[in-house]
Amino acid sequence: MILRLAAASLVARGLTVGMTVLAIGLSVALFLGVEKVRTGAKASFADTISGTDLIVGARSGSVQLLLYSVFRIGNATNNVTWESYQDLASRPEIDWIVPISLGDSHRQFRVMGTTSAFFEHYMYRQGRSLGFGEGVVMDDLFDTVIGHDVAQSLGYGVGDPIVVAHGLASFTEHKDQPFQVSGILEKTGTPVDRTVIVSMEAIEAIHVDWQRGARIPGQTTPVDQIRQMDLTPKAITAALIGVESPLQTFSLQRAINEYPEEPLLAILPGVALQELWGIVGIAETALLAVSVMVVVTALIGMMATIFSSLNERRREMAIFRAMGASPMAILGLLILEAILTAAAGAVLGLGLLYLGLFIAQPIIDSAFGLFLPIDPPAIREALVLLAVVAAGAIVSMIPALRAYRLSLADGMVVRS
Amino acid sequence: MGDSGIIELKDVRFRWPGRTSFSIAVPEFSVASGETVLLLGESGSGKSTLLSLICGTVLADSGVVVVGGTDLKTLSGWSRDRFRAEQIGVVFQQFNLLPFGSVADNILLPLRFAPDRKGRCTDARREAEGLCRALGLPEGVVESKAATLSVGQQQRVAVARALIGQPPILIADEPTSSLDETAQANFLDLMFDQVKVQASTLLMVSHDPRLGERFDRVVRMSEIVTIEREVA
Repeated sequence: MILRLAAASLVARGLTVGMTVLAIGLSVALFLGVEKVRTGAKASFADTISGTDLIVGARSGSVQLLLYSVFRIGNATNNVTWESYQDLASRPEIDWIVPISLGDSHRQFRVMGTTSAFFEHYMYRQGRSLGFGEGVVMDDLFDTVIGHDVAQSLGYGVGDPIVVAHGLASFTEHKDQPFQVSGILEKTGTPVDRTVIVSMEAIEAIHVDWQRGARIPGQTTPVDQIRQMDLTPKAITAALIGVESPLQTFSLQRAINEYPEEPLLAILPGVALQELWGIVGIAETALLAVSVMVVVTALIGMMATIFSSLNERRREMAIFRAMGASPMAILGLLILEAILTAAAGAVLGLGLLYLGLFIAQPIIDSAFGLFLPIDPPAIREALVLLAVVAAGAIVSMIPALRAYRLSLADGMVVRS
Repeated sequence: MGDSGIIELKDVRFRWPGRTSFSIAVPEFSVASGETVLLLGESGSGKSTLLSLICGTVLADSGVVVVGGTDLKTLSGWSRDRFRAEQIGVVFQQFNLLPFGSVADNILLPLRFAPDRKGRCTDARREAEGLCRALGLPEGVVESKAATLSVGQQQRVAVARALIGQPPILIADEPTSSLDETAQANFLDLMFDQVKVQASTLLMVSHDPRLGERFDRVVRMSEIVTIEREVA
C-alpha cells in the first residue's frame, strides 16, 4: 500500500518526475551506449588478428609496424629484403610465413600484395578464417581479391576490371596493367574489408616500368612480355609468422630482432594490440568519465527536484505523521520514491539504449566497421543499472534527512 | 483531576525549539473517557501546540502528559508514533487527505501504522465503506480519487479515517472552518453520530463559540493555557 501510495504520489507530480526520469534515462542510455561502443571497439580491435604468432617488418616501433601491417594505417619506413625473408622462411621454428607488400592503392583502398597462404593463415575473431562471399582466390597474375567494403562501396562484382594506382592517394595509375576481380571476401569487420589483395608477383609486375617511385619515361612493357619476366619480389613490407610450437615464439622473436644482416623487428600481435589500445584507451577512459558525470548530474537534478518539492509536501508529511508514521517512515518514503524514480529512469535508459542500438547498429557497422551486438542485458549492464538506482537512493538521503528533521520539528502542525 | 481522565496534562511547559519567543504552560487539563470537549480559542492561542503535545509529536519540556493511562514521556519516539496511531484519530482544518490516493487508500492509511486498530476491523474495506455510508458520502466513493471530492466530502472522509478501527480518542482541529454554515451543521451531526456509536472521546478545537451546545463541556484556551511571548 505504501509502495502504491508512493507511486501514486509520483504520478501526481507527473511532469517534474517525468522530466527527472527522462534526464536519468538519457544519461543512463548515454552511459550504457558508451560502454557498448567501448567494449565493442575493444573487442573488434582485439579481434582484428588472431592465430598469428609474430609480425616481422623493418625496424621501427612495434605500434607502427602493427598499424601499417594489420590496420593499413601509415606507411612502412623501410622494406625487408627478399633475401632476409627467405632466410627467415627457411628457419626450422617457422610453421608458416606469409609475406605482405604494401604501398599501392585503388581509389581510397589500400592494395596489398601477398600469397595465397594469406587466405589460409590470416585469422580474425578468435580463429575465424577468411571466407569468400563470391569467386575464388586469385589465380592469374592480374587477378585480385577484394574485401567486402571495397566491393560494396565501389559496386564491384567478380570479373570487373580495376586499375591500381601507384602510391597512396595518388593519381598516377598503373593503367597498363588492369586487374580483374576474381573473388570478394565475406565481411570480417577487420581492415581486410577495405583491402584490395593481389599476388606478390603482381606488385612486381605493375612496377616493371617504374624506378624509385617514378615512371621510367617512354618505357611501356607489354603485358605479354611482363608475364615472361622473373617477377620474384625484391622486397616485402612485412610478414606474418606462425611458429611450430608456441614455446619457440620468444626465441624466434629474439633471433629476428638480432638478425645481423638487416635491422628487423618482430612483434607479438597481442602485445602490440594491448600497447596500441593503451594509447587509444585514454580517450575511451575520458569518454567513460564524461558519461559517468552525466549520470551524476542527472541524479543531482533529481536531488534538487526532491528538495524543491519538500516544502509543498510538508502537508502530506504532516498527514503521514498524524496517522502514526514515524519520521523514519517519512525518510523511507522519500528514499523509496527516489528509488522508484531512478529505477524508472534506468529502465527507460535501457529501453533508449536498445532503441538507439536498433537504429544505429547498421549505420555504425557500415560507417566504422564496428559491429555492436544487440544482446540481452548482461550482468555488467544490470550492475550499472543497479548502481544508478543505489546512487539515486544515496543521493536522495540528503533531502530525505531534511524531511526527517522537518517532520520531527513540525509534528502535525505545518508552519510555513 | 480524576484518575479516569483519558487525557491528562499537569504542569506542562513547552517551548518550540529554535523559537525562544513562544512558549506555553498548561497547569492542568484533563478530558474524561467518552467526554466530548470543545476547546475555544483564537489563532495563536496555543491550540496547535496543545494538540501536538497530546498527540505526542512533541514532548513537554517539563510536566506530565498522560494519554490513555500512559505517560508519553516514558515512550520512545517510535513507540509514541505507534501509540498515537493506535489511540488517536485526527481531523485537520483542511487538506486532510493525500490527494493522489483513492478515498479507500486514505481511510485505510492509519491501519498501516496501527496493528491493533487493524485487528479490530474484520474487513477493513467493508468497514471503510460502512463509515462512508454512515457519514452520508455517496455510494462507491471509496474508489474515487481524494482530490476529486468537494471540501465537505473530504472532511467527512477525514472523519472516517480518524474513526476506522475505533481509536479511543478523536481529535479535530477546526474541522468545520472551511465549510459553510449548513454544511457545518450537517458535518457535526454526522460526526457526533459516529462518536456516539463508537463511544469515542472527542476533543475538538474551534474559534466558534456557537458550536458549544453540542458538547459535554466547553473550555476556553485562556482558562487552561498561559502563553509567554518575549518581545524580541
